[in-house]
Amino acid sequence: MTPRTTLGLLLLLAPASLLLALLSGSIDISPWALLTHSAEPLAQTVVFELRLPRALAAFAVGGMLALAGALMQVLLRNPLADPYILGISGGAAVAALLSLLAGLSGLMLAGNAFIGALASMLLVFGLAHGRGAWTATRLILTGVIVAAGWGALIGLILALSPERGLHGMLFWLMGDLSHTPPPLWGLLACGLGLLLSLPLARDLNVLARGELAASALGVTVPRLRLLLYFIASLLTAGAVTIAGSIGFVGLVIPHLLRLLGLRDHRHLLPGCVLAGGSLLMLADTLARTVVAPQQLPVGVITALLGVPLFLYLLNRRGTRL
Amino acid sequence: MSTPLLTTHGLAVEIGGKQVCDGLNFNIHAGQRWALLGINGVGKTTLLHSLAGLRKPAAGEVLLNGRPIKTQPRRQVAQQLGLLLQEEGDAFPGTVLETALSGRHPHLGRWQWESAADITLAEQALVQVGLAGLEPRQISTLSGGERRRLSLATLLCQQPQLFLLDEPTNHLDPHQQVTLLKLLAAQTHKGTRGLLMILHDVNLASRFCDQALLLFGDGETLHGSAESVLTAENLERLYGHPVITLAGPDGPVYLPR
Repeated sequence: MTPRTTLGLLLLLAPASLLLALLSGSIDISPWALLTHSAEPLAQTVVFELRLPRALAAFAVGGMLALAGALMQVLLRNPLADPYILGISGGAAVAALLSLLAGLSGLMLAGNAFIGALASMLLVFGLAHGRGAWTATRLILTGVIVAAGWGALIGLILALSPERGLHGMLFWLMGDLSHTPPPLWGLLACGLGLLLSLPLARDLNVLARGELAASALGVTVPRLRLLLYFIASLLTAGAVTIAGSIGFVGLVIPHLLRLLGLRDHRHLLPGCVLAGGSLLMLADTLARTVVAPQQLPVGVITALLGVPLFLYLLNRRGTRL
Repeated sequence: MSTPLLTTHGLAVEIGGKQVCDGLNFNIHAGQRWALLGINGVGKTTLLHSLAGLRKPAAGEVLLNGRPIKTQPRRQVAQQLGLLLQEEGDAFPGTVLETALSGRHPHLGRWQWESAADITLAEQALVQVGLAGLEPRQISTLSGGERRRLSLATLLCQQPQLFLLDEPTNHLDPHQQVTLLKLLAAQTHKGTRGLLMILHDVNLASRFCDQALLLFGDGETLHGSAESVLTAENLERLYGHPVITLAGPDGPVYLPR
């Protein structure tokens, strides 16, 4: 399958996933009624005011996470990197849990999470930059240590929180889309992230072969690294703000697509947005329907779906990572 | 005489408090083939990276086609100068053809895709280094010698005027060593391109290079035509090891005693 065919199929997967998300749930609606607006008013309301915004938010978050993951993996020259490796989600989580502890919700909660993510991003950047060279190893070590620090604070907050607040906190930590803000901002951020990173795509191909090799082939590496760091961090901050720290999408989608032949970043980056978005829409649909009326954190579903799928592709005959 | 491809003015390079060269003035002209020789750890690679503008010199400057290399954008540098690195691991998958094509990177605009002509160029480069037929192979499945030849193909695809090569013969068997050095030497035959390469085999250096630059350590250097510089006396001093000179079919052959 050529990369373009794969991209074309992903382009079909996105609306198909959206349709599935709109049709699934406790109130049944036929595809025909949906398309012709001829359903009962209650069903219309449920589909267009509850399911649609949630599905679009899921698409935006999944797209941002997968895109951020792909950028982070090249920035750190480490295939194991995910958007959370540098502690951005940790900073957001600490701010979000403190907000929950203080009884905040909605936009205040999201705003604080975003501030927490930005603070963590600047902290890691400042510490890793220091006075000396800004190597991938130094950045990754700084990020991992800062993330560990946030992890300790998260544990502390959880331990000291009253029991009735724990459920909400746990959902936030595992990633959850049931209280998302309107999806427009997420979709805009996702689109902007893709627009900003696409012009860098061929530079990324070269950077993936090493920093010296990239310099020798005409890439201004320090500037590219800076751009990558900020684009990936802001995308992650946006995703975490909307839906908490949903795991696995950012790590696995880029690899999945590489295994499917999208090695060129000019294909991989748009592919990540489409595949990450679609997967998260599907996962969220499952999260709210499998044990309905109870809802699951979507992060649990992404991991449960992603792990076997990834292992299968990795062990497929003739595949080499 | 036309502008040299590369000029150094009073170049001083240091690494880890050690002087690699000091006050080095030399020119690489089109058509010339330079050998860069010295013992392990003397700073050959460091000097090569400084010449390529990837490392700031302690003093002096490097001119590429008459203009300071540090003021030229990296992309513009890469259109004129190609660098063969020692090794770098590959963390991400890629095919042989994709890797060779990356040599076109500095010649393409931001939104430009590789054209059919670029692909032909990459395929020809792969033929030249003897990797024809391996285009769809994953680079992780290549042997050390094949990778080395792929790096050379990428460099040929880049089509620079000046080649800077860090041990191009590393990992290669004797047949491949000679084949590839011939290929590289042929690049300079039209008199529009030049090269400088780090070599550890003095006999390959004297066979394929017409100029030599010796790094003695402590910042001391010696350069000039290969015949005048590659003498038993200089080589004994360079490597700190006695050298035997034998009469070979194309001139003297040097062996460590």
